[in-house]
Amino acid sequence: MVKLSRGERIFEILNTVFLILLSVVFLLPLFTVVSTSLIGEAEYARRGLFFLWPEKPVLTAYELLLSGGSVVLNAYTITLFRVIVGTFLNLVFTITLAYVLARRNLPGRTLLTIFVFVPMVFSGGLIPSFILMDTIGLLNSVWAMIIPGLVSAWNMLIMRNFFMALPPELEEAAIVDGAGPLTILLRIVLPLSLPAIATIGLFYAVAHWNAWFDAAIYIKDLRKLPVQVILRGILQQAIMLEPETMANVQLMPPSAALQAAMVVISTVPILLVYPFLQKYFVKGALIGSIKG
Amino acid sequence: MTVEISESPLAALDRPTLRGTRYNFAGILKAINKNKFYYLLALPGLLYFLIFHYLPMFGIVVAFKDITPFSGLDGILHEPFVGLIHFKHWIQSYYFVNVMGNTLIISGLKLLVGFPAPIILALLINEVRTTWFKRGVQTISYMPHFLSVVVVSGLVMNLLSSQGGLVNQAVVALGGKSHAYLTDPAYFRSILVSSHVWQHVGWGTILYLAAMSGIDPQLYEAAMIDGANKWQQIRHITLPGIAFVIVILFIFAVGGLLNAGFEQILLLYSPSVYSVSDIIDTYVYRSGLLGMQYSFATAVGVFKSVLAMILLLGANWFARRLGQTGIW
Repeated sequence: MVKLSRGERIFEILNTVFLILLSVVFLLPLFTVVSTSLIGEAEYARRGLFFLWPEKPVLTAYELLLSGGSVVLNAYTITLFRVIVGTFLNLVFTITLAYVLARRNLPGRTLLTIFVFVPMVFSGGLIPSFILMDTIGLLNSVWAMIIPGLVSAWNMLIMRNFFMALPPELEEAAIVDGAGPLTILLRIVLPLSLPAIATIGLFYAVAHWNAWFDAAIYIKDLRKLPVQVILRGILQQAIMLEPETMANVQLMPPSAALQAAMVVISTVPILLVYPFLQKYFVKGALIGSIKG
Repeated sequence: MTVEISESPLAALDRPTLRGTRYNFAGILKAINKNKFYYLLALPGLLYFLIFHYLPMFGIVVAFKDITPFSGLDGILHEPFVGLIHFKHWIQSYYFVNVMGNTLIISGLKLLVGFPAPIILALLINEVRTTWFKRGVQTISYMPHFLSVVVVSGLVMNLLSSQGGLVNQAVVALGGKSHAYLTDPAYFRSILVSSHVWQHVGWGTILYLAAMSGIDPQLYEAAMIDGANKWQQIRHITLPGIAFVIVILFIFAVGGLLNAGFEQILLLYSPSVYSVSDIIDTYVYRSGLLGMQYSFATAVGVFKSVLAMILLLGANWFARRLGQTGIW
């Protein structure tokens, strides 16, 4: 154990206290949103506002939002669709492209690589993309949340760098054994790349879970909107709950509680898998790119 | 853990592939034929980039014509060119100074606070010697990075709500008056910057911490023997050890200076704070998609894309001049 000077000991104590306070700052907004979501109309009317935790927490807001056939439950199925199908297609398109661009002696490889990276520096912008989606008939389709973002150049880069780091002897040995290129990819390269595939798969999945803007501009039909867009609608009080669900509750929860409950509903799933995500994301951030 | 940043992501572009091997036409055909499986495999991905990235690039012709949502593809192809008139309107418009100013101010404030913050936090976390505490702080501080912008905007609204939001409760408890902070132009930019830093500061420490753990511990031992105190060690060992990460991340930050946080602002702003928060992207969104002025909005978007490209290339050039590895 190193002997600490007085100054160093004081620094250490202050540092610890500061980092504890900072952790509280990171957690506090989540705590208050949960407490707001649990306040009932009666208590709200009586006290106007409450401090930190309601006296009688009620789940009315959640019951309302999650009642059978509700917009929110429907939005969850849409979000699940975009996460599962979207991530799968992301992986297929990203892996095939990365595998080819990782081949050092492929004629034209430099040209193809430049072709993929130019859009990172220059883009046509919002309106031309919107006109394109309109022209090819993807407006108001659930595929509008999946197809325009099939390949992220950054994720492709991580994958390509991983493939390039695989020892070339593997492929040479397989060729000697008479394996064709497809067999090599499916039976040798992919099984060896599972950690990298898992990492970028999670990148894509979290991006799909959190995305809202594409759906907000491309999709008009309420029943095709994912959770994040419904959350936004409820936050901006642009989406009203169906009258039949409201008829079932005697006392409507305050709108602040409804909004808070919706925030909680859209956050809990990601927090449940967070410890698992963290490990892969940190690794991915370190190997592939310097972009977070 | 060391970070491989010496191999810059796009360095592969510089690597010769065909160089050194002389191909004649028949040779090229033969080589392509031999590799046709691979070209076929890459085809779906390449087509995706062609359709969803290159077609919109050609779509910027819209900025040089008079296109409405009703012109259709035919209009985009056959309408006559009107020159730079939309660009002229934009630069002369009342909004130009306001929107450009907001973009640069908000972005500049985020850079000013948000760039050093993770460096400082990483230095502090790096000094923690109790492993479980260090890990705990990291886990908690990374967490907001995984929340969507919509959720974070919901958290901000909840905290600042004038109906029992925590901030207003505290203000009232201290004898102040409840206030609608989110619709007050005096507070709006600070709210944007704070919520941005709250969400990203923890995640931003990752690369710095990795670089710090790659610094040779013997350097610190030698410095301690020479009587260097903590601050001197940070100043002369830790900071120089992470200087390359700082430079590269700074290039990214400057290259993205025109991205002031479109989605965040779109979710939090309202007409009462447009004067301090309307940025290029929100203006393009409102005038183009809500106001249906396709050509004008595209012109504004192209204006931004070109400036952003110059910024990014310039920052990269500058980093290379400094003798650091650029992005490419």
